[in-house]
Amino acid sequence: MIDPDPLAEAELRELVPAVIGILVSRGADFATAEDAVQDALIEALRSWPSDPPRDRRGWLVTVAWRKFLDIVRSEGSRMKREERVLAATLAEPETSAEPGTDGVPNVDDTLDLYILCAHPDLSPASAVALTLRAVGGLTTKQIAAAYMVPEPTMAQRISRAKSTIAGSRLNRPGDLSAVLTTLYLVFNEGHSGEVDLVAEAIRLTRGLRAMIDSAEVDGLLALMLLHHARRDARFGPDGRLIALADQDRTLWDRRLIIEGIEILQAALGRDELGQYQAQAAIAALHADAQTVEDTDWVQIVQWYDELLALRDTPIVRLNRAVAVGEADGPAAGLAELRGLDESLPRYFAVEAHLRERAGESQQAAELYARAAERAGNLAERDHLNRQAARARSGQGHRP
Amino acid sequence: MAKYLMLKHYRMSEQYMDYTPMDQWRPDEVDAHVAYMNAFADRLKDSGEFVDSQALSPEGTFVRSGGPGKPPVTDGPFPETKDLIAGWMVIDVENYDRALELAGELSAAPGKGGEPINEWLELRPFLDHAPSVDE
Repeated sequence: MIDPDPLAEAELRELVPAVIGILVSRGADFATAEDAVQDALIEALRSWPSDPPRDRRGWLVTVAWRKFLDIVRSEGSRMKREERVLAATLAEPETSAEPGTDGVPNVDDTLDLYILCAHPDLSPASAVALTLRAVGGLTTKQIAAAYMVPEPTMAQRISRAKSTIAGSRLNRPGDLSAVLTTLYLVFNEGHSGEVDLVAEAIRLTRGLRAMIDSAEVDGLLALMLLHHARRDARFGPDGRLIALADQDRTLWDRRLIIEGIEILQAALGRDELGQYQAQAAIAALHADAQTVEDTDWVQIVQWYDELLALRDTPIVRLNRAVAVGEADGPAAGLAELRGLDESLPRYFAVEAHLRERAGESQQAAELYARAAERAGNLAERDHLNRQAARARSGQGHRP
Repeated sequence: MAKYLMLKHYRMSEQYMDYTPMDQWRPDEVDAHVAYMNAFADRLKDSGEFVDSQALSPEGTFVRSGGPGKPPVTDGPFPETKDLIAGWMVIDVENYDRALELAGELSAAPGKGGEPINEWLELRPFLDHAPSVDE
């Protein structure tokens, strides 16, 4: 496989969407173009470490084009007559495929790619997989490993995703919010295996931001940066989860926080508030507090109110209840819980926290234990069991 | 997407065993059953939801530590009353409803007389290792 030269592989990935755009501008259909570029990418990963080309983009375009023609020719017998005519036209001498003679890839093509890969007909998981391949330039194998499914399963998922959107072309007006949802999903999965999906989400969002002027794109990037800034404080040396209130804030990445806040403030200044900006504002208020006791919970509650006005969901209300509990006292926080369904993820964890704040240690311990049973992951389950043990022993409430 | 485990049993407690067990089927009935399960797995591979599939031997043993410095202790073969897992399938699906749908489909595999056995399958959600980023 490729030398552990992260910069080279990163550069290679950056080229992928541009090369797809070039093939499509020559008349290739998106699905075949994307397959061809994926094949070329895999060949690049194989051959570049020992034999790097001078013109990397040119190499990729030439090889991808060749592979595209191979695919088209090998499917010849199954193709309709019109498609065969198209293929013959496209198979003209590759004078336009010489390195450097192609025009600069159209920025709009890459933006269209983001939008196409987040097509509303795609399931969220399909949109994520297709985006990571076509826009992210990841191999099927890397994506499969990141989501812990066999490579053929992921390949099939992507292939079906393309069938779903067959007939949709690049250059259609698209829904930016679907793109943001997809990028947020990539971010939300966190780190899995070799490819850091959080870093990937940030990279793709930066890429999007470079091509489009949008307060919500800025807000999403700010949110990701502010979360990512806390990564080194989030887990202990033994892998245990460390709650926000208990994190060593000296481990937070100040550069990412400063960048996130700058981007957020500029976005808010445009007066086009959206849900990602609101979420980022909440993250920024946490990031701003030197210690957990300095946290401006009153402002956080106000931002939750803004978020609810944009996106009223039970999960947002649940998180808001925590903030209300801090700003106005545990009784107020518990009052907020009354309208919510017990079956919500983390409901019992939130109730346990508030009851403990209210001095009801034994009830809190039982609730932490119930929350642990419901936890969707091991780190959280262990954390909640520890909280239960702590509350039971009456060791005093945690912030 | 979320991962689920579907567990198939050779035998379960009486209240759950309401079909003729496999050891009383004809060989061609066993073949039909296996063919159904393979076709099911193939459909999952085609739909991009397949993660893993495994069959287990009905034989095995209980094992536990024999104490410090001692060899492990075994207790076998399994008593007739033991719940016995026959194998599993791991799927990666959009949501719980889809997992239910697939489990229902797998449950209807044919048995004696070619009739669907509608066996009880155990459906278990995976616990992830790390939380998603939301705090």
